[in-house]
Amino acid sequence: MHPLVHLLVALIAILTFIALNGLILVYVERKVAGFIQRRPGPFEVGPHGLLQPLADALKLVGKQLVMPRDADRILFWAAPLLSFAPVAICLLPIPFGPHLLGLNVNLGLLLVLAFSGLNVLALCLAGWGSNNKYALLGAARAVAQSVAYEIPLLLSVLCVAFTCGSLNFVDITVSQTKHGLLSWNVFSQPLAFLIFFVSALAETNRAPFDLPEAESELTAGFHTEYSGMGFGLFFLAEYSYMIVVSAVASVLFLGGWSGPFFSGHWWMLGKIYALILIMMWFRWTYPRVRFDQLLNICWKWLIPLSLINLLGTALIINLVR
Amino acid sequence: MAFSKKKVRLMLDKPSFNLNGDYYSSRFSELGKGEGDTLILNLGPQHPSTHGVLRVIVELDGEYVRRAEPVLGYIHRMHEKMGEVKTYVQYLPNMGRVDYLHALAWNWAYVGAVEKLMGLEVPSRAEYIRVITCELNRISSHLLWWGAYVLDLGGFTPILYAFDDREILMDILQIPTGSRLTYCYYRFGGVSADLTETFLTQTRSFIERFKTRIPMYHDLVTGNMILRGRCEDIGALPVEMARRYGATGPVLRGSGVAYDVRRMEPYSVYDQFDFDIPVGKNGDAMDRYDVRMAELEQSVRIIEQAMSRIPDGPFINPDVPDRILPPKGEVYFAVEGARGKIGVYLISDGTARPYRLKLRAPGYSNLHVFAELAQGTILADAVSILGSLDLVIPEIDR
Repeated sequence: MHPLVHLLVALIAILTFIALNGLILVYVERKVAGFIQRRPGPFEVGPHGLLQPLADALKLVGKQLVMPRDADRILFWAAPLLSFAPVAICLLPIPFGPHLLGLNVNLGLLLVLAFSGLNVLALCLAGWGSNNKYALLGAARAVAQSVAYEIPLLLSVLCVAFTCGSLNFVDITVSQTKHGLLSWNVFSQPLAFLIFFVSALAETNRAPFDLPEAESELTAGFHTEYSGMGFGLFFLAEYSYMIVVSAVASVLFLGGWSGPFFSGHWWMLGKIYALILIMMWFRWTYPRVRFDQLLNICWKWLIPLSLINLLGTALIINLVR
Repeated sequence: MAFSKKKVRLMLDKPSFNLNGDYYSSRFSELGKGEGDTLILNLGPQHPSTHGVLRVIVELDGEYVRRAEPVLGYIHRMHEKMGEVKTYVQYLPNMGRVDYLHALAWNWAYVGAVEKLMGLEVPSRAEYIRVITCELNRISSHLLWWGAYVLDLGGFTPILYAFDDREILMDILQIPTGSRLTYCYYRFGGVSADLTETFLTQTRSFIERFKTRIPMYHDLVTGNMILRGRCEDIGALPVEMARRYGATGPVLRGSGVAYDVRRMEPYSVYDQFDFDIPVGKNGDAMDRYDVRMAELEQSVRIIEQAMSRIPDGPFINPDVPDRILPPKGEVYFAVEGARGKIGVYLISDGTARPYRLKLRAPGYSNLHVFAELAQGTILADAVSILGSLDLVIPEIDR
């Protein structure tokens, strides 16, 4: 197959996967919330409320797109698109199975990190373009938060790159299959995994770090002025980034598609959903941290710890060689 | 009438309202705008954290609150004026609608004032019934505050646990009162219906259940690191400032002043019960939180004692006249509501309607502490302080 055709097929497959996942995750999130809050969750549309996300999606698509009069038209509509578009590229180099991947590229890790960084620009544009004070405050928070948490995220990812000696996701996964379960990076780099997961929560604006859209303070933060699919795209992007960070975490730390038996893409999917369930569990359990506390956690704890972890990793690798 | 697209566009282009804001926001921005690049933000009257229709104008310097000013009146219903035009009995249902979360305390304040003015005897069974129902109502009010406060701090789940318990309470209170929220149960000289056996057994089983729930609430929420970080040392209210604004209730007790109307100016049969007045130390949001959580337990204690000692007898004084015509004079009667001291000041000119009725809403005084407490805090802390004051806006506006 021509590489371009392969890429096109992969992109279409990924977009389908994202859209389907959006529907599934909305349902799962509401059911998890219902379980934690001891209520049934959606139950009316379809058996056990299974068609609820579809009904929600239809409602969002059918809604009128409203733009505030004083908003910047181009920035306002560019933001949700910019937030959603990079997701497809982020999922391209991630191997779901030994042969199930869009693009086997040597700098896969770098590609994901670079494109996922675009999201903060989208939030910034949304906040600025809306010409709304709440949105602006939300955007300011988003930028400060994302810039701060990108550092420990990168540092913890670097540890894995050092130990595996590669930025290619396939190589990283293969390097974790040598001695079964125990060669998963989460056992050799537990601190890096912890830092990565916490930073990923902050990067995806999930609770308890959902400050850019803190409902009780900023009503809806950066997407205050968005309705219909403008909001829908932000929403879809948020869930898609959850998949991206969970997929990256699974590949980097949990051995990707490899499992103790029947290795394959189901292991990868299982790990992704397990991590997403943990994120949902956090959201429905914890209160929100304050903005200065959020930055304190990052600058005072995560960055020094990840630096020490990185230096320690480098030292050990040098000694072993 | 159909408008063409162009015409709609034209109408939208020419706003009929003043873009510089209304009287309050323009006055707020004129009154000493702080130095530097500040942002004036309008929180409310529709805002998730103001619980109803409170409006707060804040001047922000980044995330820091320079100034804050509450604007009231969005749910003003002229309850005091209504008191002057309705007869004493007609006005009773209004009392359930002033503070809909602790309606029975307002019932009590008004009924108690009229009884004091007329010198009406209340049978002791009725007094016990009032204590039991009022304390049950206090528990349901505190539970709602607890859930809503944690919701303000971003924790979604606790409010549903609180409502789980509150639902039972509303079912229980529905038995004698006939309503679930805006109770009108107390009458001059007693209550409108006796307690049934169902009520008593359901209350007993609720109390058994609730005793296991309070430790669970503490396990799940009070001990949480994030919650403590959001409450401790936030909005510390000095005693002197609380006095200046006339703050009462858990807001005052959080600052360490053991002022509770039930203990300081005992009314009804409260002097016969053994209960503590929980107080805090620093008066920060965490202290107010702890005081309310401890009050849940104290209310349970009072209910248990009252249930075990409730005497037999009539539930309403049979000698109450059909027409309530108090003698000339004035009277003040205060009770302890969930939010603080509820006072009713009544002037009677001897006719069937009060000459003047003044309602002292505790939330009104407690709210005004906010402007001073919020100064210099972060926006998120201001929301936390606002939540910790336990405001019910219809009570403040009256």
